[in-house]
Amino acid sequence: MKALTLCLALILAPPAFADATATGDLGLVIERATGSLVLIDRSDHAALGRIEGLGDLSHASLTYSPDERFAYVFGRDGGLTKVDLLTRSIAARVVQAGNSIGGAISDDGRLVAVSNYEPGGIRVFDADTLAPVADIPTQGKTVGLVDVPGRRFAWAVWETGEVFLGDFSAPTPKITPLGIAGANPFDAVLTDDAHTYLVGLFGEKGVAAFDLWDETAPPRHFLTDYGKTGTDMPVYKMPHLQSWAFTEGQYALPAVGRHEVLWVDRQNQAQTASTPVHGQPVFIIAQPASPFVWVNFATPLNDVVQVIDSRSHAVVATLTPGKAILHMEFAPRGAEVWISARDDDKVLVYDTHRREKIAEVPAAAPSGIFFTARAHQPGL
Amino acid sequence: MLRVLPLLLLAAPALAEVAPDRAAALRHMVTQDCGSCHGLRLTGGLGRPITPAALNQTPPEVLAEVILDGIPGTAMPPWRPLLTEDEARWIADYLKDPTP
Repeated sequence: MKALTLCLALILAPPAFADATATGDLGLVIERATGSLVLIDRSDHAALGRIEGLGDLSHASLTYSPDERFAYVFGRDGGLTKVDLLTRSIAARVVQAGNSIGGAISDDGRLVAVSNYEPGGIRVFDADTLAPVADIPTQGKTVGLVDVPGRRFAWAVWETGEVFLGDFSAPTPKITPLGIAGANPFDAVLTDDAHTYLVGLFGEKGVAAFDLWDETAPPRHFLTDYGKTGTDMPVYKMPHLQSWAFTEGQYALPAVGRHEVLWVDRQNQAQTASTPVHGQPVFIIAQPASPFVWVNFATPLNDVVQVIDSRSHAVVATLTPGKAILHMEFAPRGAEVWISARDDDKVLVYDTHRREKIAEVPAAAPSGIFFTARAHQPGL
Repeated sequence: MLRVLPLLLLAAPALAEVAPDRAAALRHMVTQDCGSCHGLRLTGGLGRPITPAALNQTPPEVLAEVILDGIPGTAMPPWRPLLTEDEARWIADYLKDPTP
């Protein structure tokens, strides 16, 4: 009888998983002017809802917890907000600095680090509670913060050009200076094997490569003479290096102040080619499982996206998806790319094989698009 | 031609004035494009804060020059290729007093 009652109870009680949501094909779009996020369903090409109250989301970015349930959103006003994708609500929020630029989550998902402009430095928080764990000051604005395996983070300093590797695996953090990248690092990126930390420079020509598998190795500089024969144009938007394309044994890099994409051999850092493009590149992102990279451009030439074949280095498609194209995010297997058109108030979904628009999703002045698959990629 | 010239002189604005639709585009540009570096709320980022309080010691004509010619050696670019002098002055006035 007892067993029967239990069985009945189990049958009658609504199962806890009945309205559960799988998050593997979800994503968030930043509505930067209104301080809100749109939760999107990648498979359904649909907006599921809006999450508000995230403060100033200028230049905002986010990263995901390993279970793809939570997003950590890094706002310009120093706000670090933990968003729950299941309840579509804010789970925790701290204003941890006056002015921030981005963040990263540790490889084990236990720590979240924020890169700050004002005051400079890195602050590290417990990913569960957002309780402070460490505060690492720097002599200036921090840029290019990435996660490095072993509960570590790397970052660069805009004013001083210094690069640091911080190890937060023990109660007391260990901070190792890795050397000087050069004048005014504007962003940095970690290669997909977490071997090389590449720092782009604004104050001088070139890129500095730091070997994270050998902390004693001095940084190597490359592309130090590119463009010396021409005059650089004003830079109306800093290029971004996150999602920097690595393809066909090459790095595809934005030429700062020039209408060019530069190709560098990954083995010896020698420049192999340059591709003349529509404007100054902002994002150069590899289409997964393909030879192609997609490029968007700085204002005022930001209504175009170009596709380049990494084998021939030729532009194979020039698309005009909409007004003020700010970001592109690929489905993890590369079938689709989602493109934010800020001044059209929508996100456009393109089939990457036909390179045709297949859907639109409304969003207010959308900027960054972040699919939950990022949860499993080092450096994102 | 002689008859047109006085008309043009009469039409010349006393201070930097721009057509209403261009003013709307410039306001959008300040928020979005200046905002790329200075923050959408102009409270600073890679670039310094450019709120009215932060600019209260900067004369508008100096500000207009910085907008047109940039600050060499920094990330502030010259906007002269994209803006007329009147438009730069309009932005300078708008930054110092954004109230319509």
